[in-house]
Amino acid sequence: MIDWITEPLSHGTTLRALVEISVLGVVSGAIGCWIVLYELSYSAESLAHGLFPGLVVAALIGAPLLLGGAIGVLIAAILIVLATRLADESADTAIAVVITTLFGVGVLLALSPSSPPGIQELLFGDLLGASTGDILVAAGAGAAVLAVLWLLHDRLLAIGFDSDSGQALGISVSTLNVILLALVSLTILVSVQGLGNLLVAAILVGPAAAARLVTRRIRPMMMIAATIAIVAGAAGIYASYYLSTAAGASVVIALVACYMLAAATSVLQGRFGARQGAS
Amino acid sequence: MAATSADPTRAFVSAAGLAVGYEGKVVLDGLDFQITPGIKVGLLGPNGGGKTTLFRALLGQIKPLAGTLNVDATCATVPQSDRSRLDYPVTCLDVATMGALARLPWWKRPGRKDRSQAAAALETVGLAERTRDNFGDLSGGQRQRVLIARALTADAELLLLDEPYTGLDSTSAARLDRLIDDLAESDRTVIIATHDVDQARAWDRVLCLNGSQIAFGRPEDALNREVLEATYGGHIVEIPGQPGQGLLPAHHCDHEHEPGHEQRQIAGDR
Repeated sequence: MIDWITEPLSHGTTLRALVEISVLGVVSGAIGCWIVLYELSYSAESLAHGLFPGLVVAALIGAPLLLGGAIGVLIAAILIVLATRLADESADTAIAVVITTLFGVGVLLALSPSSPPGIQELLFGDLLGASTGDILVAAGAGAAVLAVLWLLHDRLLAIGFDSDSGQALGISVSTLNVILLALVSLTILVSVQGLGNLLVAAILVGPAAAARLVTRRIRPMMMIAATIAIVAGAAGIYASYYLSTAAGASVVIALVACYMLAAATSVLQGRFGARQGAS
Repeated sequence: MAATSADPTRAFVSAAGLAVGYEGKVVLDGLDFQITPGIKVGLLGPNGGGKTTLFRALLGQIKPLAGTLNVDATCATVPQSDRSRLDYPVTCLDVATMGALARLPWWKRPGRKDRSQAAAALETVGLAERTRDNFGDLSGGQRQRVLIARALTADAELLLLDEPYTGLDSTSAARLDRLIDDLAESDRTVIIATHDVDQARAWDRVLCLNGSQIAFGRPEDALNREVLEATYGGHIVEIPGQPGQGLLPAHHCDHEHEPGHEQRQIAGDR
């Protein structure tokens, strides 16, 4: 049994993947709770798809992926505003049209025969390809995200609870929302290399959504979400090692399994509680 | 309950020729009134009459389009508790502590002292035993009191209550009545937006709005047939056998036939 656990750790690629997913799990667990509480899951997924062309172009010209992704997000935001105002579309229609278009452009570039090998990994991720440098970048960006979240914790809690009164408490709701979206973007940028553009939303939303089903306190919710992300991440990497499956996709399936387990637990608890209340 | 030092010459709110609205469009005008410390003010008017717009102006969220508005008091709003998210993961203490954010710089988080103040505010509103409970697990009246505790933690001198009696049973409403009395006795001023004309007669002042100021003054002077007709659009009925007290807008009388209204009347008659 011990060998079964330790053997994958003797491989540098697996060990680095475990460290990378642990770093991403802690950051995603924390910010994922705000994504779920602020009902930003669709926005988070849209952001991930919207920055895809930026990532591909950065990879093609050899620029840093973080820079390409950041420019991609900025362009997506401008296009969404233009579509909303100039074409007089509703916000969700504008987001759907712009994001689908941008994602299509990104896929076109990434999958063209002239693209260098490896660019396709931006779509599905390459956890096992994480280098020490990737881990350090993720840890640095993650620490910055966590520091800002810690600083703004009470204000985020107040605005999420009641945004009208938040204004009366001297909090700028729009500024706070922009900061939150910027933190989500940064988390996506550092996660996308490991989990891929298509799958990154799973680690942002899945653990937090599962945690919300089993607790009604914000701090335990964050800790449970981070734990779920790390445990599911490790389970996915072990599954990938022993079953020769794609690491990113295995992690996502483990995350979904955790969510389903939490949902089943929540339903059973609700029924048990209702039965106790009735008796 | 901590009392502020009352200055009889001080006005918490002074409005003169005030007009307010949104994007340059006037929603409420002709406002001329002064509100002093330690009183209860009933804000009456139909839906869309301008009550919420006035609250926003008092909170500084919208600027005057004409005239002047001086607010010389720390101001806090107490929204209807059913507008809050009941599934949100916050305890009563968390909600009360949010009030501290109003007086802290953006880079500072509430500390132990702020949480102690929030706990004291919860004790003031009679919820010392519920500090660790989830906000969503409380009854409507208890939630309303937690939101008042949040305003107290913000050291608010002027509290704006938006239809706080909506959905409350008679016991909860009576408890809220006593709390509002206590707030006024500690030299805080409470402005209560309400549709209950009968209830507003018991308060110190009434401000009647319907797109403009219809009347401001003591209830016994202000709440006459002409004012109520102008405020509520002419649908006024007179209840027989209640001279001077029996003028009510028609919607109010309709409510008397709704379940629970009789209880509320009894509570109001204490």
